[in-house]
Amino acid sequence: MNPNDSTENFAKNISMQEPIKLPGSINITGWILLIIGVLAIAISFFVDRERSSFNLLIMLMFLLSIGLGSLFLVALEYVAGAVWSTPVRRVSEFLSSSLIFLPVVAIILIFNMHDLYHWTHSEYVQSDKILSQKTPYLNYVFFIIRVAFFIGIWLLFYFLIIKNSRKQDKTGEQVLTKRNTNLSAAFIPIFALTITFASVDWMMSLEPHWYSTIFGVYYFSGTVLAALASATLIIVLLRQKGYFPVKLLQDHLYSLGALMFAFINFWAYIAFSQYMLIWYANIPEETSWMLQRWTGSWKFVSIGLIIVHFIVPYFALLSQPAKMNPKRLIIMSIWILFAHIYDLYWIIMPTYSRDGAVFGWMELVFPVALVGLIIVLFSYKLRNNNLVPIGDPKLERGINFRL
Amino acid sequence: MPDKIIPEKILYSVTGIFDHPDEIINAAEQAEKAGYKKYDINTSYPVHGMSTAMRIGPSKLSYIALVFGLSGTTLALLFMWYVSSWDYPMVIGGKPYFSLPAFIPITFEVTVLLASIMTVVAMLFIFFKLPNNSHPLHDTDYMKMVSSDRFGISIQASDPLFDEVKVKDFLQNLGAHHITPIYFDESEISVKNTVFEPKFIGFLLAVFFATAGFTYFSLNYILAWGPFNWMWNQHKLNPQKRSELFSDGFGMRMPVEGTVARGYMPYLYKGNQAAASKYMINPLLPTKEVLSMGQQKFVTFCSPCHGYLAKGDSRLRGQFPNPPSLHSEKVRNYQDGDIYHIITEGQNTMPSYAKQITREERWAIILYLRALQRSQNAKETDIK
Repeated sequence: MNPNDSTENFAKNISMQEPIKLPGSINITGWILLIIGVLAIAISFFVDRERSSFNLLIMLMFLLSIGLGSLFLVALEYVAGAVWSTPVRRVSEFLSSSLIFLPVVAIILIFNMHDLYHWTHSEYVQSDKILSQKTPYLNYVFFIIRVAFFIGIWLLFYFLIIKNSRKQDKTGEQVLTKRNTNLSAAFIPIFALTITFASVDWMMSLEPHWYSTIFGVYYFSGTVLAALASATLIIVLLRQKGYFPVKLLQDHLYSLGALMFAFINFWAYIAFSQYMLIWYANIPEETSWMLQRWTGSWKFVSIGLIIVHFIVPYFALLSQPAKMNPKRLIIMSIWILFAHIYDLYWIIMPTYSRDGAVFGWMELVFPVALVGLIIVLFSYKLRNNNLVPIGDPKLERGINFRL
Repeated sequence: MPDKIIPEKILYSVTGIFDHPDEIINAAEQAEKAGYKKYDINTSYPVHGMSTAMRIGPSKLSYIALVFGLSGTTLALLFMWYVSSWDYPMVIGGKPYFSLPAFIPITFEVTVLLASIMTVVAMLFIFFKLPNNSHPLHDTDYMKMVSSDRFGISIQASDPLFDEVKVKDFLQNLGAHHITPIYFDESEISVKNTVFEPKFIGFLLAVFFATAGFTYFSLNYILAWGPFNWMWNQHKLNPQKRSELFSDGFGMRMPVEGTVARGYMPYLYKGNQAAASKYMINPLLPTKEVLSMGQQKFVTFCSPCHGYLAKGDSRLRGQFPNPPSLHSEKVRNYQDGDIYHIITEGQNTMPSYAKQITREERWAIILYLRALQRSQNAKETDIK
């Protein structure tokens, strides 16, 4: 390595390379999955509208996890001044574009709110003292205003940050990094507040009597985990197939694996904190939510959540070699994405089926559409953008990153 | 650097100095390629990629962390199980004796604590060989250079491939400068563990006895001296001391025979319900205050067995022989004295409540019970 290599030459070397072309079969697979998924979703809405609404809510929250979580990871890199993640940042940027589809899903859900939320039934709310006191917050108009406001803010930051990042590919101006750092610093506290309120609105208000002040953080931990896992999956797959234009070392993989491992622990920590405080205080208005998840076959889903979301990934990623083993990372990324859907299912579905867990083809088709959407979106973004931010001044240091 | 070879000095290693981190990485790779096993690299800051260049496998330290972490988990759980569900079982917050969720935070803390402390201790004592604080490389020009801004390699004489001339050539070819042999004293390797020397142990014992003796002396004697003994001697009888005033030596006097303590009036009709029924009259009037006191005491003491409405529909039904209803003909025809007697002395399985319920409260309960009886068997006049 020649230490005199200038960043400009370096960037030119990369940009002169052929644009990355994924095999067409991937894009076609994505479209097939998406079309099959959307058709199946449409059928399932005709078959069982209520159940489909609940499943669509899971899909919305998962889409939000990936889109907003990826945007958070991008912002985190700018704010922390991280260099190791610069070569792989674009993957998160591409994934965060799924935020664009959020309004579509949200609008469908808003038309089905009556099936989802108890507090939309005005005759029920009037007879319930607690719920009638909560009406200033939990009502149609304010709910829709909040949803629109949050999605608007997220999309605003998405367009601003991504626009600067793309512009830097052409100009290579350092000031754009500075601008994005400022934007990210503004975004992170807003992100913290909006994701808390969004999780309270969409998921906690399914049980309007119940409340948990840690709920937002709980959803946040799953969000970051899902965003990290999807980015890791794509990064490692691209690296293994040789599509990555720069050489990613084990040090990069280790950083991704270590972050995932950290957030697995963080999720367990938050989930246990929520459970333990409710268990210890043993107050009826708090325990009802946990007891609901302990009735009938939900009990096994709850126990399964601990195993799927914590014990298995914890031990699979515990050792140092495991965190940089590409094969292990691919398997665990898929596993964690599954675990996040499992987690959302565990949060949302008990409200639909109170006596015990239900699982059928409807629960399967929504993730299919989601996977298809993300594949299509990603390959579209890949065709029209550089996979590596070639204008970023941190890129060279990021490529030469060593632990 | 000129070196005087002193006969009793032993060759430890041959060292070389490099100026650039890339050179030292190259040197490590070449040394590895040449087959040297016992060599070391000294740099003033961690050089990235060094462990790969030296082909150092993952550290064994993590196993120590694992073993002690798991021991911490086990110890913490065992300790809490022993303390709170075996040795002194206590219900806390209505939870079971062994309630795992409550134990997890402590288990987690102990796991982390033990793992981290023992990792540091193992690092110091096993990997750094702590009681031994001398190393041949100490106080050499080589160490001075590599601890400021140079990068050094030191190939040890104990390596099976070591040959002083060849190693010097090897370092020369790599482009090292300041190629120097390092010698050390015989005395440096024959360092004994001074912890077990009789002198040191004797010193520890002397310190121990001196500290213990001084502490004992100061707590037992000095505190009783001079200005420290204010309020020490008072004109009163101290516990465990003999009274000088009374001839039997006791400071306390026995009360006069037949003394009745306040509020402890003996019951006149012991074992004689007939007399109680005949001679005792309820001294209280059924005012609102009296009835509410009676109700409170009835609910506390009587209702667990007799039921809130005294129908014998107790909350403890099934665990004891069923208590009778207090609305029976027999109880309704009891004099107040009869009921008073039964509360005081007990009847069949019912124990005496003389200790829990004062005399006045007993009468209040009777008045409340009368009201209950009246409510279930109202007279015709009550309807109006």
